[in-house]
Amino acid sequence: MAWLSENGILVGLALLDGLSYAAAVFMVAVGLNLVFGVLRVLNVAHGSLYAIGGYTAASIGLFAASLGAPPWLGLPILLAASVLVGVVLGPLIERLLLRRMQDREPVLQLLVTFALFMILEDLQKLVWGVQPVVFDAPLKWLGTVDVPFGTDVIPFTAYQLYVLPGVALATLAILAYVLRYTLTGRMVVAVTVDREAARAMGIDAAKVTMLTFTVGAALAALGGALAAPTVSLVPGVGASTIVLSFAVVATAGLGQIEGAAVAALLIGLGRSFAVYVAPEFEVVVPYAIMVAVLLFRPQGLFGVAETRRI
Amino acid sequence: MAGTGRAGNVTRREALIGAGAAGASLMLPGGSAFAQGAKPAELKVGIATYLSGPASVFGVPGRQTAEMLFDEINAAGGISGIKVRPIFVDEGPGVDHVVGEYRRLVQSEGVHLIFAAISSADCIACAPLADELKRPTLLWDCGTQRIFEDNRYSYAFRTQANATPEILAALLYLLKVKPDFKSIAVINQDYAWGRDSWDIFRTAMNTLKPGVKISAELFPRFGATDFSTEITRVLALRPDVVLSTSWGGDLDALIRQASDRKLFERATFVMPLAESSLQRVGKALPAGHIVGARGDHWFLHPSPADPERLKRFSDTYKAKYNAWPIYPCFHMAQAVSAMKAGIEKAVAAKNGGWPTDAELAAAFKGLEFPSPTASVRIREDGQGLENQLIGTTLHSDKYPFPVLTDMIVFPAESVTTPVGQKSADWLKTLTPDMVAKLPQAQAFKS
Repeated sequence: MAWLSENGILVGLALLDGLSYAAAVFMVAVGLNLVFGVLRVLNVAHGSLYAIGGYTAASIGLFAASLGAPPWLGLPILLAASVLVGVVLGPLIERLLLRRMQDREPVLQLLVTFALFMILEDLQKLVWGVQPVVFDAPLKWLGTVDVPFGTDVIPFTAYQLYVLPGVALATLAILAYVLRYTLTGRMVVAVTVDREAARAMGIDAAKVTMLTFTVGAALAALGGALAAPTVSLVPGVGASTIVLSFAVVATAGLGQIEGAAVAALLIGLGRSFAVYVAPEFEVVVPYAIMVAVLLFRPQGLFGVAETRRI
Repeated sequence: MAGTGRAGNVTRREALIGAGAAGASLMLPGGSAFAQGAKPAELKVGIATYLSGPASVFGVPGRQTAEMLFDEINAAGGISGIKVRPIFVDEGPGVDHVVGEYRRLVQSEGVHLIFAAISSADCIACAPLADELKRPTLLWDCGTQRIFEDNRYSYAFRTQANATPEILAALLYLLKVKPDFKSIAVINQDYAWGRDSWDIFRTAMNTLKPGVKISAELFPRFGATDFSTEITRVLALRPDVVLSTSWGGDLDALIRQASDRKLFERATFVMPLAESSLQRVGKALPAGHIVGARGDHWFLHPSPADPERLKRFSDTYKAKYNAWPIYPCFHMAQAVSAMKAGIEKAVAAKNGGWPTDAELAAAFKGLEFPSPTASVRIREDGQGLENQLIGTTLHSDKYPFPVLTDMIVFPAESVTTPVGQKSADWLKTLTPDMVAKLPQAQAFKS
């Protein structure tokens, strides 16, 4: 308690950092988890969709800025670019590749998405090159917020404090609402729980699968687009993102949407506190949390243990 | 003819013996035409560089420079009349891949020289291979000082400086321009370079200015894109100086995020590799911060040995690739220059005859060759002696990114660990009068 009273303000700062980081991680992991829930495919190419979303948003944003577009327009551009990537690439990948792999061994599915990841990485280099790309107009437009720190203040960007957590919360709420209270959402849940039974009840499982994958792809792209104003997009950004997303998904339990939010929060806060208390462990904290959870709950925090079907 | 035991007028036995001998000549070290001293039809140069992954921000400009300079050499008739051809291999997949590629380049492609590499780990693996396969190898960009301090090689040479002078020069500059700093925080990438460069800086700092408080040692993941937590921590700690030896997308993101959150207003940044990021981050990097270039590489060098040479190099690169050359371009230019000078020296030593691999390797020892800004000498231990340029950022109307002013060009010998000594020991012998003896700073000239 003595430590907490002395370092209370630092804990507050760490919470702010952790929340913002968790929001960014959640945006990528939730799409991955949604896709796994319905398709039962751990989509490695999700990392590429993240990168392509970021690059597309940055390109459109920079093009708009070159035409004299106002900086606030950058925010809707981030969203529009994500939808564009999802709508173009999502159905294409699902129809041409994943649908053909549906009844194959999980290992084969994983390998195919890995191959797709490699192809998209090269495609990304062909289109955007290897030099870092950045589009920070929306972040600069929103400015900074001074957070009191004793007699001092610590500037945070409003984008980091409000936009990232706000979009993450909105995404969680919309997904939870759609899945629970709309017909389409219930069809998605039905296919997730039992594909055969859902089809027997007249649900077009193929259509639901394509829709879900498209939404998942758009969420990955939205994660990248939201990151674009704060990070430099470089080759390899998708790979590093997908590894962390896997940690979140494994911690949450495969297919768990709310679980992904809690796991992202755990990992975000854990990493943030590590920087403050023991920075040498910063890199390993997300994975240490994952291992600790999986040791006691192999199905993840919110996963449900399944009996194997013979 | 099948089954007759003859292929034309050659028996199967003779053919097998011939094939075996040919295979052995490929597999054995020194099996190239060079080893025999015969003049090759073309000079093949294997070049290991990053063509994929985050380090391709250096690797691709390096490759572009090689292509540009090889074309120039060929347009001028080649080296000693021989055309040169680069064969690029990607360092992206890792050390094992590069080692495999090195062997393939020598044994299958029959390359005459190898330029390896950007990654220090790749150089550490390739230098012994150079001796094993007896193939002259120029270490063109990697920074680890350990290679020639821990071992001696006959076929491996470095055509630029190493981490010790690159980091020491930045510290000396800091001590010169901000002698009263009392605390420092470090934000480095969590891999060998990030850790090793901090060790060099800290060792030298503890020797030259003991008692500086180390406020924080932060090592975010290599390839990290979000530094907000590290920045908050440093903002709260308020150190006088922030050191970062990061590079590429990591450094760009750190600079932008630190700028957005006004960290540059609270601390002086020291960034020994930031010359390579200036054009990308633009004026997000404010004036008044310390920047280095892993050598004396700067297209606006204040006192180049041959101004026309630097201008030609910089302008040609800019016209071809729409960007000013950054330090890996200069490093590649030095390797190409060393190759040309080395071959010409070896050919001259044989009175116009073509050298063997061993004779060519011997030519690199003590070789002095021109760089775009000055000249580089390869010492007897294989290490290149290269000047170091450190400056302070300045915003000028002439360029859409920060330029450098108050530049100090450190003579190579003054900041390089002497032959036979190890950096960790030598840095502890430095004395504060080094700072007083530094060359005069040179201002940016528009």
